[in-house]
Amino acid sequence: MATTQVDPKEAEAPAGQRRIVNDLSIQVATVNGSGSNTANLVLLRAIFQMGIPVSGKNLFPSNIAGLPTWFTIRASKFGYIARRKDSEFMVAMNPETAEEDVLGLKPGASCVYDERLNLKRLRDDLVFYPVPFDQLVAPVCPDARLRKLVRNMIYDGVLAKLLGIDMQEIRVALGKQFKKKAKAADLNFAAAQVGYEYAEKNLPKVDPYYLERLDLTRGKILIEGNAACALGAMFAGVTVVTWYPITPSSSLCETLIEFMKKYRVDKQTGKATFAIVQAEDELAALGMAMGAGWAGARSMTSTSGPGISLMAEFVGLGYYAEIPAVIFDVQRVGPSTGLPTRTAQGDILSTAILSHGDTKHLMLFPNSMSECFTMAGEAFDLAEQFQTPVFVMSDLDLGMNTWMSDAFPYPTKPLERGKVLSAEDLDRLGHFERYRDVDGDAVGYRTLPGTNHPAAAYFTRGSGHNARAIYSERPNDYVDNMDRLARKFETARQHVPGPQIQEAAKPDFGILAYGTTDWAVRESLDQLKQEYGLEAAYCRVRAYPFTQAVKDFIQRQRRVYVVEQNRDAQLCGLLRLELGAEDVQKLHSVLHYDGLPIDARSVTDAIASQEKN
Amino acid sequence: MATTTVPPSPPKKVNRIGLEVTDYKGNKSTLCAGCGHNAISERIIEAFYELGVEPHRVAKLSGIGCSSKSPAYFLRSSHGFNAVHGRMPSVATGTILANRQLMAIGVSGDGDSASIGIGQFVHLMRRNLPVIYIIEDNGCYGLTKGQFSATADIGSKLKTGVVNDLPPIDTCALAIQLGATYVGRSFSGDKRQLLALLEGAIGHKGTVMLDVISPCVTFNDHEGSTKSYSYVKDHDEPLADVSFIPFFEDLAVDYDPGSTTEITLHDGSHLLLKKIGKEYDPTHKTEALRVLTEAHDKGEIVTGLFYVDPQRPNFIDQLNMVDEPLATLPESKVRPPKEALDEVMQSLM
Repeated sequence: MATTQVDPKEAEAPAGQRRIVNDLSIQVATVNGSGSNTANLVLLRAIFQMGIPVSGKNLFPSNIAGLPTWFTIRASKFGYIARRKDSEFMVAMNPETAEEDVLGLKPGASCVYDERLNLKRLRDDLVFYPVPFDQLVAPVCPDARLRKLVRNMIYDGVLAKLLGIDMQEIRVALGKQFKKKAKAADLNFAAAQVGYEYAEKNLPKVDPYYLERLDLTRGKILIEGNAACALGAMFAGVTVVTWYPITPSSSLCETLIEFMKKYRVDKQTGKATFAIVQAEDELAALGMAMGAGWAGARSMTSTSGPGISLMAEFVGLGYYAEIPAVIFDVQRVGPSTGLPTRTAQGDILSTAILSHGDTKHLMLFPNSMSECFTMAGEAFDLAEQFQTPVFVMSDLDLGMNTWMSDAFPYPTKPLERGKVLSAEDLDRLGHFERYRDVDGDAVGYRTLPGTNHPAAAYFTRGSGHNARAIYSERPNDYVDNMDRLARKFETARQHVPGPQIQEAAKPDFGILAYGTTDWAVRESLDQLKQEYGLEAAYCRVRAYPFTQAVKDFIQRQRRVYVVEQNRDAQLCGLLRLELGAEDVQKLHSVLHYDGLPIDARSVTDAIASQEKN
Repeated sequence: MATTTVPPSPPKKVNRIGLEVTDYKGNKSTLCAGCGHNAISERIIEAFYELGVEPHRVAKLSGIGCSSKSPAYFLRSSHGFNAVHGRMPSVATGTILANRQLMAIGVSGDGDSASIGIGQFVHLMRRNLPVIYIIEDNGCYGLTKGQFSATADIGSKLKTGVVNDLPPIDTCALAIQLGATYVGRSFSGDKRQLLALLEGAIGHKGTVMLDVISPCVTFNDHEGSTKSYSYVKDHDEPLADVSFIPFFEDLAVDYDPGSTTEITLHDGSHLLLKKIGKEYDPTHKTEALRVLTEAHDKGEIVTGLFYVDPQRPNFIDQLNMVDEPLATLPESKVRPPKEALDEVMQSLM
């Protein structure tokens, strides 16, 4: 077989003349801690700057340095940004994984590799581009200590030449990456240049892949979900942030600290309009957020699954004593420690009913950078409006990967601070009862500590209480209170974000998904239509409790595939609890839980095979 | 206060802000008759009344246990929060972060602080959060019927005859070592000392940690217990005679500087520590730790103010927050303008 063996579908076109433009995935295999992230992000950004829709997925180990890491960049003129299973281009820099990496490529793929690894011997159905990285890096980087970090930039130059990325864009991207460190940017650019020149002289192009300028990223931004959530929180007026470091959520609060220092310090006095505290553990992180929420602050914490487990006791208190707080759960894989650096939607069921006794909690499911931003704001409004903990269910794929997005719109809706009585209100009313359902929406009024009025004080407790917040073990008081909390949840159902529904003229079936799964499903809808002639209606759920529109969607369909990234069909389980027997019969699950972001091909294959049966 | 004329109906006694002592009371206690915790609640009522603290400025916090019920029994006009077992420190921290103008008083027990809550306890101490933290210490778990807690002394005996063979955690020594800035131990039965220490606590701006030995009359007041009324009375060794002069009264007391140490608190109040036995300087950490260790070895219960540092910046000072409560900042102060978002968006394009 020739080394330029290509995809069978395109086989009739003569090799070398065929052009596949703006539709490829590049996978870069490196060693964690080798500075490859800079090279990868610069590559991503350069493609983005060329106006080509792009996405980046970093598959990294739970390790500081030394273990293998893979970074996938997908460029798609169709705007698909989900992970792709296969890559057209591999950059094999890691001796540990190089053989496996090459053996896993689909026939016809190209491989840029470190010449020393001699990978060419492994396959004869790939295009190989050997590059002597060590030889090239030495002259441009006299400081031997920096070579390990700079050498990765060489592949950016090689790929720029092979794929047609404008070197000027690499330079601009480096400037963005290094900001004021011009020297570092120059050094890295020199390395990229060397790669480009080497490819120009020594690597004749034999693969069919090209990147060409488009105009599809104008006005868009590149950002990570954790930063988007942080921005959302800042513009939602968060004042107390208490957190404990955990992958993959740490960068949410770390980014927030940077933003708050810049935009939330009073210019005149130099004083902060916020408090951010790194707590001793997740118990304390949420305990502090609860104390602050009780005292009237917009408070939040961010964490991941193991932290959610620890927060269970305070979440129960927040539910029962009715205290607002926002909890960002950047989900990772597995029970226990699991796979800390891989992605999943694995905390849905446990979070919905987190803590002992009868509890249920509000959850929002952002799918994108825009929704990380807007839902952060909505979460604070809902928490104060319903005086209860609210969860923003992000995940590692959303939180830590770089995504393309429209620029965020400035929030114009005033902050919804909920039912808080001032001293003046109390003068007018004479008295208040903390847990009395005065308005028929099951939401009581509260006062804040510090309110200067003799009738303001009440006693908050996680033990049994009646409408006047007095300790009570009376059966009727307990039942009345729990029934009101259930009614409050029903009120919330009317206020949480409804689903995004894409109807089909004559749907063969429906698909239901949420969060990051959305991107694979959107691509799969096209695949199902193009490859199988199957047409599906699509419902993206954006919150729990489910709104009526979600239930109506299911009712309209013959079958509904619920696609999610966990083993136990967690959201599907929650749906089953609420649907009638007839609708429950319609639900089928498509599950993906290997730790990698879900891809369209997996969804399409699973649905197509179930449809055949 | 003596008056020369006798009015037709004597005016009710009020404090400097015009409130009566009943304004500082709470609900009727549901704890056992004779419980040391009730005596502590009474001293808290007295201290806040005497100093004329506005009740609405106080937040009462607690964890879980007999001790943690007691905030319902004092300061009924203050907001209270009976939270989760061992987690009062974090809730208190959040409360003060949200509203720095509040005066927080946290009541905990030896189980709540020294066992399930030790993690949060030590971290609160090291932050020097402005809070009055009281451990009502009876060496046992009352609500679950008398099991040993981690402050029980070696050799102390349960009613059932079980003997404790693990060393106690000295919460005062821990607090001093970790950074609390007003640390003392008292006895629920020593009205005078406890009141003076509490009044001093109100004038301090940092973490106050008072371990108050408070016998459990139901489960730990028998022969063989080292936390019984009679044992504590017999073994109590006060370091000094403590008296308190509030900031609104003149420091016109004559005292002998040779035998009395004067401490000026943050609000201008004074504590006078009159020597009883040996010389003792409560501003020396190592001295405090030495005294506690030695007393422990001798089987004595030293009481009094062990350590005070009115100067160390507290956690709220360190956070450099605006003066007004974060909780009630208007939207205009907490939502940055559109230009800020535009600038961020521009940097990401």
